[in-house]
Amino acid sequence: MKITKTLNFVEKIFFTAFLICAGIVMFLPFYWSIITSLKPDSEIFSIPISWIPKTITLEHYYNAFTTVDFARFFINSFFLASFGVILNLFFGSLAGYSFAKLHFKGKDLAFKILPSSFMVPGIVTMIPQFLLLKNFPLAGGNNLLGQGGMGMLDSYWAILLPGAAGTFAVFLMRQFYQTLPDELGAAARIDGASEFAIFFRVYMPLTKPAMAALSIFTFQAGWNNFLWPMIVLSSPEKSTIQMALQAFSYNRSTDFGAMMAGSLVAILPMLILFICAQKHFVKGIAFTGMKT
Amino acid sequence: MGWLFILPSVVLFMIFVALPALSAFYLSFTDYDILTETEWVGLANYAMLLKDKIFFISLKNIVFYVALYVPLMVVFSLSMAVAVNQSFRGVGVFRTIFYIPSLTSAIAASTVWLWILNPHYGVLNQVLAAIGIVGPAWLAMSSTAMMSIVMVTLWQGAGGNMILFLAGLQGISKELYESAMMDGAGRIQSFFRITLPLMRPTTFLVIILSMIGSFQLFDQAFALTQGGPGYATMTPVYMIYNEGFNLLNMGYASSMAVLLFLVILLFTILSFKLNKDEKEMKK
Repeated sequence: MKITKTLNFVEKIFFTAFLICAGIVMFLPFYWSIITSLKPDSEIFSIPISWIPKTITLEHYYNAFTTVDFARFFINSFFLASFGVILNLFFGSLAGYSFAKLHFKGKDLAFKILPSSFMVPGIVTMIPQFLLLKNFPLAGGNNLLGQGGMGMLDSYWAILLPGAAGTFAVFLMRQFYQTLPDELGAAARIDGASEFAIFFRVYMPLTKPAMAALSIFTFQAGWNNFLWPMIVLSSPEKSTIQMALQAFSYNRSTDFGAMMAGSLVAILPMLILFICAQKHFVKGIAFTGMKT
Repeated sequence: MGWLFILPSVVLFMIFVALPALSAFYLSFTDYDILTETEWVGLANYAMLLKDKIFFISLKNIVFYVALYVPLMVVFSLSMAVAVNQSFRGVGVFRTIFYIPSLTSAIAASTVWLWILNPHYGVLNQVLAAIGIVGPAWLAMSSTAMMSIVMVTLWQGAGGNMILFLAGLQGISKELYESAMMDGAGRIQSFFRITLPLMRPTTFLVIILSMIGSFQLFDQAFALTQGGPGYATMTPVYMIYNEGFNLLNMGYASSMAVLLFLVILLFTILSFKLNKDEKEMKK
């Protein structure tokens, strides 16, 4: 390993040791869960550890998928996370663009109120949000006063609507729209384009990097979300993959092979997304970190 | 036109953030269990809360957790960032390896760590055994359960903060280090005299974000230990979840949420003040 020339011998050893130790600690859980998921039970519980599986089997994946309908929960979560991305992208872009490029009465006031939501931890709004969704007028068998039915509980709207109310998307998009020149819109306005067309045709296509970062964050948040879906969803078939995985590992707490198989399946979409969009992950985190 | 564009976001914000946030305070002064009418009880919930031993334990637990987690998080993620900010062959591989734990969900990570921390067959105790240490039953003992959760959340959280630090480090000009070196400053000296002071805003951001997040610890405590053994890993959010959604004491649970909010607010204000004071002292 070639390290910057100015390091002396002792520093080099220290630096390399740190890298290797940290690398092992961070990577070992992945390696350990992968080999466990591929070993037969007899080898999982062998002492000392067999670091390289002697026999490779897919029975744990088969077991996990046949005892629990992981495929269905996978699709549920995928739908929830993707739809959440679309809502956040659209509403976030629309409002972010408006805050950055349009002039209207009360804009400054509205923009001052939004950050207050950063100060409110999610836990504070949890119970009122639940009651609100339950008593939502004319939803899920409710009457006009919000009584009689389940409201929006046990429907995916209970997850998607509060999720679309995120002010994070508005902020991120506003910051990005501010870096774009005003002249683009002015030129299109002279050509007689409508305000929505200017936003949608002229500006929005230029914000691809910001939209990519926002999509990744929103997808990850939606895919990994656990507590809120557990609270609002009651029909077993509507469960998310995280709920299913938690229930599975709680009920079959010694079936480690299948537990590891399930966990890896639950991580897989994020890994694939990371491999495909690595650049945007790093840029996105750095961008939001510096602007907040 | 401008209003029309922000209208969807404003309406959603009002309905799903502003209104619930205000109702939380109202609910905390009521007795409400969904089935019967809401009843105004004044400060009764808060009086009960002050005598609630388990809630007090959960507060103690979370302060212990935050006090352990946040400083360790800063040390780990900053060291990793400094390491992968050097240029050497394979640096990209290390950046990736350090970052990928941040992609995992709390539930998947907890499931994997249940197996890592297994007292007999888990990899951690087997590695310890190889060097002659008898590892504890990590999650089954009240003395190590919370530390295990710190370990899992550090593993998961360090990568994201590393990227924040890395972005900050890359903003520091190389000339500063070069001129310091010419003045005879060593590597360690330049770290403490140049890197740390210039990384102050990033460090502060990481501290505030980790703090607010870790005060609301739930997923890992739920999936790894179910709040146990005993109440060793019971957290305030876990209490609110139990009280509100299992026992349906929505009013009482709201008073817990308000109190936790005040605790978080207090620590946040304190950090801002400390940050400001130290800045002024330096001037």
